[in-house]
Amino acid sequence: MDYFLKLFLSGTAKGSIYALIALGYTMVYGIVQLINFAHGEVYMIGGFTALIMGGYLSAMGLPIPLVLLLSIVAAVVYSSAFGFTIERLAYRPLRNKPRLSALISAIGISMILQNFVLLAQTEKYLSFPSYLPELPFLLPVREYINSTQLIILVTTSIIMVGLTILIKFTRMGKAMRATAQDKHMAQLVGVNINQVISVTFVIGSALAAIGGVLICSYMGQINYYIGFVAGIKAFVAAVLGGIGSIPGAVLGSFILGWTETLGTGYISSDYEDAFAFIILILILILKPDGILGKNQKQKV
Amino acid sequence: MKKLLMAILVLAVAGSVAFAAGGKESGTIKIGVAGAHTGDLASYGLPSVNAARLVVEEVNAKGGINGAKIELFVEDDQCKPEVATNTAAKLVSNNVMAVIGHICSGATKSALGIYNDSKIITISPSATNPPLTQSGEYPNFFRTIAPDDAQALLATTFIKDTLKLKKLAILHDKGDYGKGFADLVKEYSEKAGIQVLLFEGVNPGAPDYSAVVNKIGNAGVDGVVWGGYHPEASKLVQQMKDKGMNLPFISDDGVKDNTFIEVAGKYADGVYATGPTDTSTNPMAIKANADHKAKFGDEPGAFFLNAYAATQAIVNAIQKAGSTDFAAVTKALRSEYVETALGKISFDAKGDVIGFGFSVYQVQNGKYVELKK
Repeated sequence: MDYFLKLFLSGTAKGSIYALIALGYTMVYGIVQLINFAHGEVYMIGGFTALIMGGYLSAMGLPIPLVLLLSIVAAVVYSSAFGFTIERLAYRPLRNKPRLSALISAIGISMILQNFVLLAQTEKYLSFPSYLPELPFLLPVREYINSTQLIILVTTSIIMVGLTILIKFTRMGKAMRATAQDKHMAQLVGVNINQVISVTFVIGSALAAIGGVLICSYMGQINYYIGFVAGIKAFVAAVLGGIGSIPGAVLGSFILGWTETLGTGYISSDYEDAFAFIILILILILKPDGILGKNQKQKV
Repeated sequence: MKKLLMAILVLAVAGSVAFAAGGKESGTIKIGVAGAHTGDLASYGLPSVNAARLVVEEVNAKGGINGAKIELFVEDDQCKPEVATNTAAKLVSNNVMAVIGHICSGATKSALGIYNDSKIITISPSATNPPLTQSGEYPNFFRTIAPDDAQALLATTFIKDTLKLKKLAILHDKGDYGKGFADLVKEYSEKAGIQVLLFEGVNPGAPDYSAVVNKIGNAGVDGVVWGGYHPEASKLVQQMKDKGMNLPFISDDGVKDNTFIEVAGKYADGVYATGPTDTSTNPMAIKANADHKAKFGDEPGAFFLNAYAATQAIVNAIQKAGSTDFAAVTKALRSEYVETALGKISFDAKGDVIGFGFSVYQVQNGKYVELKK
């Protein structure tokens, strides 16, 4: 039982890592129906920005909490600028073209960003210092969960609730939902869809940046390639939960995390990915739109 | 418009043919350098390129080998077997007579057949998968690093005689290199009477290994062996220590890299790793490292000296053979001893290096220290 509890908590922590990236993925998909493959790279760039900012700031002798705060702000600003620019340059010109074009453009952007960081920074793995506080009350139970895992879990929950409120109850959220339903109609009734889509990308990238800082702190390392692996898993989680649905992304991530850790714990880590994809296939057979996905009829 | 396009195409094809013909200038010795130069394992491949460049520059500055200058062809395989075949085909079409590379065992294996068919000598600075030499299938293959089984044997002896561990968990990254090492440690350990309670592969690159770390804790072992590279090793060590587990951690030369200590920081202390014998007192190695620093501005990375020695060995063999003929050069590689950055080396009949081997290291106060036997 004790072992099960340990695995379950590990799975929860792992799920919240996936969720942190899956949220941005699913949000962008929900509004513009584009699988933004560059999302993982924006997350990685967020991590790098925080690493560089954190290095400068702690060299200046600022206190650790301030360093953490300012590096997160820097990561959010820089990644958002990336998200905004990517959408303007790579997706907007293709908005009325077949959907496949934008998808390929997304894959291209993902490769460009990876190689940009490889060339501009380094091909090496770098140590990522943890600026996150060590919560003393967790020390006795550190076999079960540690501070960083708890911080990631709490952040994920806050972001999920925040995004749901943003989309359901604000003016911008209403415009987003209108854009998601029908771009042309939304435009006719006066929604500035260019602005809405830009805001969507900026928010998605900001979330990716926060994810980058937290997850890199947890891993203790960063490399230009981390966005790819994380992006794939987060994508699976988002599809599992029903892509486009905010709570769905979180639920899907947790299911993925639990499946992987319990599968590893009781069977073998050799088949970790196999467990994840068996669950994905089962759910997609039973519910093709994902667990919380809406069944959308294709418009003919 | 179509005609214009056609004309451009014709010109382009003609141009490339002319270019290819121009490249076949006689009087140069063409040597390829192949390995991971991009991708997540680029840090293992790029140092070899620098090593080859340094040796070749020096040889060329002295007038080349028997009057012929060396020309390098650098090709990337991203450490992927499916890319490596293309890399090999490209080097074959460049008419290289030898290749320094490839870096990863899987990629090396997939490229070797192509080189063998074209009678191109291949010297890898880092591919340690045992069958590459021991199968006897590749008479064109040499390496300036000891194979994995030498490492695994050393690691097992160390675990049994020095650490005196009884129950092991062995993890690997499912790759040719990591699993090869893990399989052998398992085999030798079981022969030596050590119980292997956990033997599993994990996904390389995953952000979180807490599940498998829980499993290690649950298995009740007194030591962990890791077969694989340093990014995963540092995550495993960190997540084990974060959970309050202080088991001895023994790994391979994929972890015996200063990047591991830089990344894992305080978590690295106490970790054991087998790695190539220390060459820091070898004057040629000191010069090679200094040259690297002068030319490229930083410390050389993994397998730099192995690649440096590989290039020196091939240069020496061509010199001794007096030609670039396959049979003559391979004979010279096997029979002649040469002073290199790794010490005085030669190669045995199967292509494994003689005169250079492995030692056990431990991270102590942020540095790898060689443990004397």
